Amino acid sequence: MSATNVAPTGTDDPGSRQLLRRISKSVAGGNPFADAALSALVAFGLFAALIGLRTDSGPVGLVLTPRPWALAGWVGAVFLVRLLVLLWRQRTRPAQAYAENRRLAEGLAHLSRLLAPALLLLALALPSFADRSYLDLGVLVLTYVMLGWGLNVVVGLAGLLDLGYVAFYAVGAYTYAIFSTQFGLGFWTCLPLAGALAALWGVMLGFPVLRLRGDYLAIVTLAFGEIIRILLINWASLTGGPNGISGIPRPTLFGLRFDASGGPDTFAGYFGLEYSPTQRAVFLYYVILALALLTNWFTLRLRRVALGRAWEALREDEIACRSLGINVTATKLTAFAIGATFGGFAGAFFATRAAFVSPESFTFIESAIVLAVVVLGGLGSQFGVVLSALVMIGGLEMLRNALSELASGGYLGPLGALVPDPGQYRMLIFGLALVVVMVLRPRGLVSGRTPSVALGRRREISAELVAEGRG
Amino acid sequence: MSGPLLKLSGVTAFYGAIQALKGVDLEVAPGEIVTLIGANGAGKSTLMMTICGSPHARHGQILYDGRDITALPTHEIMHMGLAQSPEGRRIFGRMTVHENLLMGAQVVAMRNYAATRDMVFTLFPRLKERLTQRGGTLSGGEQQMLAIGRALMSQPRLLLLDEPSLGLAPLVVRQIFGAIRQLNRDTGLTVLLVEQNAFQALRLAHRGYVLVNGAVTMAGSGAELLARPEIRAAYLEGGH
Repeated sequence: MSATNVAPTGTDDPGSRQLLRRISKSVAGGNPFADAALSALVAFGLFAALIGLRTDSGPVGLVLTPRPWALAGWVGAVFLVRLLVLLWRQRTRPAQAYAENRRLAEGLAHLSRLLAPALLLLALALPSFADRSYLDLGVLVLTYVMLGWGLNVVVGLAGLLDLGYVAFYAVGAYTYAIFSTQFGLGFWTCLPLAGALAALWGVMLGFPVLRLRGDYLAIVTLAFGEIIRILLINWASLTGGPNGISGIPRPTLFGLRFDASGGPDTFAGYFGLEYSPTQRAVFLYYVILALALLTNWFTLRLRRVALGRAWEALREDEIACRSLGINVTATKLTAFAIGATFGGFAGAFFATRAAFVSPESFTFIESAIVLAVVVLGGLGSQFGVVLSALVMIGGLEMLRNALSELASGGYLGPLGALVPDPGQYRMLIFGLALVVVMVLRPRGLVSGRTPSVALGRRREISAELVAEGRG
Repeated sequence: MSGPLLKLSGVTAFYGAIQALKGVDLEVAPGEIVTLIGANGAGKSTLMMTICGSPHARHGQILYDGRDITALPTHEIMHMGLAQSPEGRRIFGRMTVHENLLMGAQVVAMRNYAATRDMVFTLFPRLKERLTQRGGTLSGGEQQMLAIGRALMSQPRLLLLDEPSLGLAPLVVRQIFGAIRQLNRDTGLTVLLVEQNAFQALRLAHRGYVLVNGAVTMAGSGAELLARPEIRAAYLEGGH
């Protein structure tokens, strides 16, 4: 063996090595057919067992049924899609793509100026025309908007990657659950308490991770989220363990309850209305809307004062911050604390809406979804969070409805037999949509950064320019 | 003249087990421009950072305006009238020039903000033109101007400049050094300048120190050091 092929390539016969070399050469040279063929090869490797073989229950245990045609179909589809993408990309020259991106960024910035007030009006007016199911969906979306805005303080502004944000959500939810069921405190009393306790946990997380950044910070925050969840499961005397806490009281409007008893201390009785469960749904909707708007207002205010600017500077360059006399410790801790406070508020709201909390609601996937909302929207962009929460949470639910409609309505025709339960494809479509968005807009839906101080006309500069240090 | 504004005596600093400074003595009098020259890895930037308390000096003492700042945390030191323009400029790339300057003024809670900003604009008119532009979109020279301007926003008595000529064209270096001289002459600002560009730095400075392997090997007036044959051989000839 000569010195040049000491590396264990696994392909020792010269023929296959040469073939590989030739393929890699033509892929690097930009031959779309070679590239697509390589993609198809990778797809074959992935799908050969996953799609090419199906397990059926036979007379004794499982038997494998080979499905060469399904496999060929998928591999062929990968080949074609990859080829089309490459050919399409070759058609648009870089300069053209650059101009297109710029136009898109400006268009989105323009759109957000018009769209934001329109969305706010729509959100305010929603209960007047939407039915119960849309109202509940609105509450769900707004909860994630609020969580996204809270996490945006930590991840988007201060640049501290937090994978355990759900911990603060859990602290808020359990604070209200415990204080209301054990001590009979009301929602509005517990709300600041939930925020304060979550902030305390935020600082407790902040202290040990002060010196960590990036990946290392992410791992510790991930662990923190799990610690809180496992604590909730095991501290059964306080938290009810895996059974959670049920019978959590609903919020009141200045002491007026929302129930059917019709007495003078209920909303319906006081105002002489006929009781309907929608009243409570509308009330909850406005509570979360107000909480979310409060979060947004607070964050937007903060961005314009010294602390908010210090967060952003910290995200850019910690050493420069130190050299400017910024107390980095205090700045990081306030970011964790304020982000956690909003998580705590949202948690208290979650508890009162569901009237039940259990550790199951606070798993890692929740942190991941909230983080995805923030990243997909564009780190640091308040409006981006709204858009991505609408798309991710609202869109996902609508997709579920649409898919079950599709199945039950028999719209699929003969295809229906092939796809017996389209609802199962929900997460697949969702994941695909996320990938597509991140490919098309790698810095999120709204990726420009609005300066915190402006002289004259506000300028939004597209992420492409920011990233490459131009414009 | 009262005592020195900055006085280091027997300062050592370590990065882990590696000793970067081996007992440095150095003085900067009010109104002086003092330069610290030396080769790569001599410990120049470490000395600068040690004055700011990051890392802290292990032995020795650092006095600023007669007060012992050796063990103070960085952010407290930076509240005492020192400002640093760090090595590699380190401006906030995604923030505008305006926001960068605001960050510099935070340490004095925006006192005399408008007057200080106007002073910076007189010194570097280019920054005024670029006010709404992102820091990262400026040219290297403009970024250096911004880094110095940002440091000046805290209205310091002592300005620590770490390699302002790094990676800049000679013309731009002259511009920046001219601005430093002007600042010192007009406002009496005290400057400690760390440089690899020994020739220009020694011509600008009143006094200079030569740092070799973490220790001061020579000190004297700028003109004196420029005339020393060993300095010429080590730092000037065949170089800049």
